[in-house]
Amino acid sequence: MKNYYKIPKIFFISFILLNLFLSNLFAAGPDGNITKMKFSFDGIFGVIDKASARRGLQVYNEICAGCHSLEHVSYRNLLDIGFSNDQVKEFASQFEVTAEPDSDGEVNMRSAIPSDKFVSPYQNDNQAKAMNNGAIPPDLSLIIKARAGGASYFYSLLKGYEDPPEDKELSNGYYNIAYPGNVIAMPQPLYGDDVEYADGTEATMEQEIIDLVSFLTWTGQPELNDRKSMGFRVFLFLVFMTSVLFLSYRKIWKKIKG
Amino acid sequence: MSNIKNGKGVIGWIDYRLPIFSTLQHTLVDYPTPKNLNYWWNFGSLAGIFLLIQIITGIVLAMHYTPSVEGAFASIEHIMRDVNYGWLIRYIHMNGASFFFIVVYIHIFRGLYYGSYKSPREVLWWLGLTILLLMMATAFMGYVLPWGQMSFWGATVITNLFSAVPIVGTAVVEWLWGGFAVDNALLNRFFALHYLFPFLIVGVVILHIVALHTHGSNNPLGIDRKGPQDSIPFHPYYTIKDLFGLSFVLTIFAAVVFYAPDYLGHPDNYIPADPLKTPAHIVPEWYFLPFYAILRAVPDKLGGVIAMISAILILFALPWLDTSKVRSATFRPIYKKFFWFLLIDVIILTWVGGSPAEGHFILIGRLATIYYFAHFIIFMPIIGIIETPKPLPNSISEAVLKKPIKDGT
Repeated sequence: MKNYYKIPKIFFISFILLNLFLSNLFAAGPDGNITKMKFSFDGIFGVIDKASARRGLQVYNEICAGCHSLEHVSYRNLLDIGFSNDQVKEFASQFEVTAEPDSDGEVNMRSAIPSDKFVSPYQNDNQAKAMNNGAIPPDLSLIIKARAGGASYFYSLLKGYEDPPEDKELSNGYYNIAYPGNVIAMPQPLYGDDVEYADGTEATMEQEIIDLVSFLTWTGQPELNDRKSMGFRVFLFLVFMTSVLFLSYRKIWKKIKG
Repeated sequence: MSNIKNGKGVIGWIDYRLPIFSTLQHTLVDYPTPKNLNYWWNFGSLAGIFLLIQIITGIVLAMHYTPSVEGAFASIEHIMRDVNYGWLIRYIHMNGASFFFIVVYIHIFRGLYYGSYKSPREVLWWLGLTILLLMMATAFMGYVLPWGQMSFWGATVITNLFSAVPIVGTAVVEWLWGGFAVDNALLNRFFALHYLFPFLIVGVVILHIVALHTHGSNNPLGIDRKGPQDSIPFHPYYTIKDLFGLSFVLTIFAAVVFYAPDYLGHPDNYIPADPLKTPAHIVPEWYFLPFYAILRAVPDKLGGVIAMISAILILFALPWLDTSKVRSATFRPIYKKFFWFLLIDVIILTWVGGSPAEGHFILIGRLATIYYFAHFIIFMPIIGIIETPKPLPNSISEAVLKKPIKDGT
């Protein structure tokens, strides 16, 4: 039994190392004032709430899509959050995309089909700049992954609009307590009752924001649900495998260690 | 297996003409290994396996990746969304790089603690450091490939370091870029080299193993083996121990890959590269932070670059900087303490490297940098001379038969 003492030690050291890397020690934290939220997709078993994500699509489509593109997501991907084939076709068909040149070389427009990517509100970057005081509104596909603080930051940002303090000079922007630097170019997008939910849920501001966070977490990490369920099975297998290998190791080394 | 030696059967026939099976038998099965290796000796084989994981996942990623400034970012998202299990392969590759460095850094610190760089293993040590340098170049170029904000600005900062070279600096930087800015030409060559370098690493790893097997593994006592009673065959004793260690590390690896896949990365790299918009903090990947801290500790650009490069090059001189004949820190009471001071110093450098270069971080960074070099240039040679080592055991088997020595790990 005497050699068992080595195991806790290496477990302990690995644990410390893991914690070191998983702590915020090396990562620059977000600058603004952020409320740490608990979402359905947090934690080991957390998954994206698909009903919430579907409502979030409605919020995106009716409020955000006027200015923000979603260029990495295809309409067909909406099948993942529980829309039917027909619903996806119908949703896609309300948008227009440039068709391939026809036999006469004419370029026409056609309505979008499920394999098309979400249609951008702009023809090109210059148009986006011209319509928004020279700055392109960020694409939202990866917005949750691309900001320090992730989903909690995004939630706090949408709730973070306040009247500016007396001494704060706002030349072109709005005061937001969560935004780094506190002056954001985007006006407050959600106030509550901005949409009428298809499933009858009451569209409070809180509800709209949480639904939008669910939707955009899914657009950023469409693999999240699969990843976590696969991860759990892989982890269980590896724990079992490690135990079997440890016992084999003890047995094989018995001759040497006596 | 007996067919290998007597030349019978297909394996024997081939081996008589090309001794590939007897070489494998010698390296992975019979290879006599000290019987007293502890878990810190698991990290060499772990590093080899992580190299293999990186190469396999990397080749698959290269099949779907587009090396152009217009297409790179979107092709990564294509891998994450449309390629079957592309997200898994990419997350393994991203985090595999981090784990490769964790494992290699532990492997190096094990070498420092047990004096594995001392005669007759100097060339083995150099080959290991060469692998580290190649790894750093590979990892840096790999981080550029997604062409996110940190990719672009990291590439800009690091390639600009070469402009510190007197007279030819600007010319060297433009030669590296293949133009007058960090652009498509640089991305293309980085992709080509990122694919090439791992195979150079494989080559040096083979030399590393040849050098290792020439005099055999060092061991926690740091004394030479006196006879067959001190050794056991690699298989099954160390194959099973390495497999157990591998399975344990893969469990931690899986936890990160599946539950915190983006944690070791930087959120800014999910923003496409924009040459007109500098991120608030440009930070390299965590495994470069100690060196980044040393770079920034020197107020002069050229001086900083020289200090950063010297931080690794100085390790090549270790066999002569360490004046003690005793290998293992177990028997070196003073050196053992300084080993831990060095480890703490490197952790401080990592922390400073990841923090903004302002306020008290500047002072801490400078002191930690001075200490880092002082450890190797001043303390190591002096400790070797003034220290009285504890008495060494006569042989490994004698020490193993007695109560196992409590070493300081």
